[in-house]
Amino acid sequence: MKDDSNKGQNPTPMLDELEGGKWPSFVTGLKRLRDEGAESNQRIMNDLLGQLNHSYEEKLGFWKGGTLSVLGYGGGIIPRFSEVADKFPESKEFHTLRIMPPAGNHYTTDLLRKFADIWERHGSGLIAFHGQSGDIMFQGCTSEAAQPAFDELNELGFDLGGAGPALRTAMNCVGSARCEQSCFNEIKTHRAIINRFIDEMHRPALPYKFKFKFSGCANDCVNAIHRSDFAVIGTWRDDMKVNQEEVKKHVAKVGRKYTIDTVISMCPTRALSLNDDDTLEVDNASCVRCMHCINVMTKALSPGDDRGASIMIGGKRSLKVGDMMGIMIKPFVKLDTDEDIEELEEFAETVIEFFADNALEHERVGETIDRIGMPAFLEEVGVEADPNMVNHPRTSSYVRTDDFEEEANKWFERKAAEAGMTADAE
Amino acid sequence: MKDQAEKPRMPTESGVPDPFPYMHPTLKENYGNWDWHDRPRPGVLHHVSKTGAEVWTVRAGTQRQLDVFTVRKLADIGDEFADGHLRFTTRSNIEFMLADQAKVDPLIEKLTAEGFPVGGTGASISMISHTQGWLHCDVPGTDASGVVKGMMDMLHDEFVQEKMPNRMRITTSCCQINCGGQGDIAINVQYTKPPKINHDLVANVCERPTVVARCPVAAIRPAMVDGKPSLEIDEKKCVCCGACYPPCPPMQINSNEGTKIAIWVGGKHSNARSKPTFHKLAVAGLPNNPPHWPEVKDAVGKIVNAYKKDAKHWERVGEWIERIGWNRFFELTDLAFTKHHLDTWTGSRKTMNTSAHVHF
Repeated sequence: MKDDSNKGQNPTPMLDELEGGKWPSFVTGLKRLRDEGAESNQRIMNDLLGQLNHSYEEKLGFWKGGTLSVLGYGGGIIPRFSEVADKFPESKEFHTLRIMPPAGNHYTTDLLRKFADIWERHGSGLIAFHGQSGDIMFQGCTSEAAQPAFDELNELGFDLGGAGPALRTAMNCVGSARCEQSCFNEIKTHRAIINRFIDEMHRPALPYKFKFKFSGCANDCVNAIHRSDFAVIGTWRDDMKVNQEEVKKHVAKVGRKYTIDTVISMCPTRALSLNDDDTLEVDNASCVRCMHCINVMTKALSPGDDRGASIMIGGKRSLKVGDMMGIMIKPFVKLDTDEDIEELEEFAETVIEFFADNALEHERVGETIDRIGMPAFLEEVGVEADPNMVNHPRTSSYVRTDDFEEEANKWFERKAAEAGMTADAE
Repeated sequence: MKDQAEKPRMPTESGVPDPFPYMHPTLKENYGNWDWHDRPRPGVLHHVSKTGAEVWTVRAGTQRQLDVFTVRKLADIGDEFADGHLRFTTRSNIEFMLADQAKVDPLIEKLTAEGFPVGGTGASISMISHTQGWLHCDVPGTDASGVVKGMMDMLHDEFVQEKMPNRMRITTSCCQINCGGQGDIAINVQYTKPPKINHDLVANVCERPTVVARCPVAAIRPAMVDGKPSLEIDEKKCVCCGACYPPCPPMQINSNEGTKIAIWVGGKHSNARSKPTFHKLAVAGLPNNPPHWPEVKDAVGKIVNAYKKDAKHWERVGEWIERIGWNRFFELTDLAFTKHHLDTWTGSRKTMNTSAHVHF
């Protein structure tokens, strides 16, 4: 009611309904910017609320895209122009700056305040932590304000993220910063890879988007397998670590039946057995590093010492062939040293180059792999076929195999070389 | 900078920022050296390093779309309780790290008093991952923040406690591109009508070959309509996916009545126990009914309740259904199984039951 009496204020009856309830309300936040924000924030937010309420009533969106960038860059800003600017002129331009956060989303309160101050002056005062691609989204500035806002954020040490057919902003889980299950240095790897290819982010020239994501273990807290073209997932290749005293304590605490039901029986490869003395027997050769038992018995069990990562390629969302998950391409790479990370960077470069050279317009790398077949892809990126790449070998006999013996010999030679290398190392 | 105003400023291509200057000192000191963790209570994680150092993390829900007042309030809370540091999770929860256990309870009290629910850990329903919707997207069929707000109001208790069989991840997407991703429950727009074409605009706005190529079922072809170069749709072939709309806005896919909501179940990102999975259709045809979406809430509530009541500890939704069978899933949730649940897309044969295994 108060809304209607205030001259010039857009009524928001539909949105007002979203102010009650126990969850923090974004509407209350938008209204606070309208009522108490900086003068420019007030103007923008009044019309933004008006347009949003209009959408709720019409059940339609009223933004259209366009082109906008800052000097020197070709992407990273999501332009939005209102189609109902005649009714809501103050938010007729409501662009978003995608800014890459510190890897792992760590902030100081001082930094947050600086962001707030910058966006209060140049934008609408509305910031999302974070968008689905992992960026901080500074939402709601005019075309004119984009450059000065970016300049200030850039001076603070922050850079635009990706948009369009380009390398996109990446994400890593909290990982080594606070998680004992972490199997590699997520922050270092993430920064090394993205910063090496930063040109591909700022100057979109790829057939379509290309995303990296980095998860420290198979729990995949940043959803890398589903949501990235190039997923780096932590794993280990020696035996998992078992503290038998802690296993016994766990069993004593929760009970034998409960331990069997929630740990032993839930192992996907039947690699666990509870001994008569309540210690744990692990068939490490059958373990697939799924993380379940380690998640349940956090004090008793942990990943092994020979840690590294698996590389999975080709995950994406629906458009246009349907959702796809990444395929296991490299079951294990070490990521301990600078040289290890450099090697991963070089492999990533090979994959990006393959993508740039071979993908059709608007095709993700997973679709390209489907189109040309895994053998052709592997040959292009210099990776040998590995049984970990498949759920099972082919079931269709329609394949030409006249060089089978040659290929089999390569496998045996490779195995012999690997065995030799292991023997030398020891 | 001001002195050089006449000279345009070129960007510093600094890339992904180094997080260490912003990281809580206890996390920095124990980077890569953590030993184990437990959860003393819902919303609190307790991590212990190999050196014996400890850190308590208090997690709270936010509205994700933060106004500067809320940003500053969270910063003030970070200063008072968490040594001036904080972080955000993948699902937009805020986390305050505390080196001092004595501050945990006062921080929880403060966050709760300020309206930020403390929870989202362990076997809870965490914050819904959501997209931009009517607030900012150029192709949305519905809103995101509003759906999530209403849904989290309803699920608040399951956020602040750990009483689900396992964690439950819910997502929303405002169009069929599905930016919200996979979830135990996914609440996604499902279009039900072919796009309506504004033939006056197509020639000027759309690159026609691109639009033709974008269609997953080859239902679009170039055509002259009323003497203008435009596009036409074979409506019998059209699967109403909306893929043509982003490259060609005159092919309006959204409409007041044609835009519906579908709910999908059993998506899982983690590799724990079972391999990652995609979500599967549970129910479609729900009305897009702002500002409260009551029909959607009702259907989600049925699935949440059935899972909570029937699943075993550590089973995710997809794993629970795998055990009980789809027959029983539809029975327990009181939802209908229809011909539209039978997949017709590439690879659909692999989704059919080709065994004699039957659930009764």
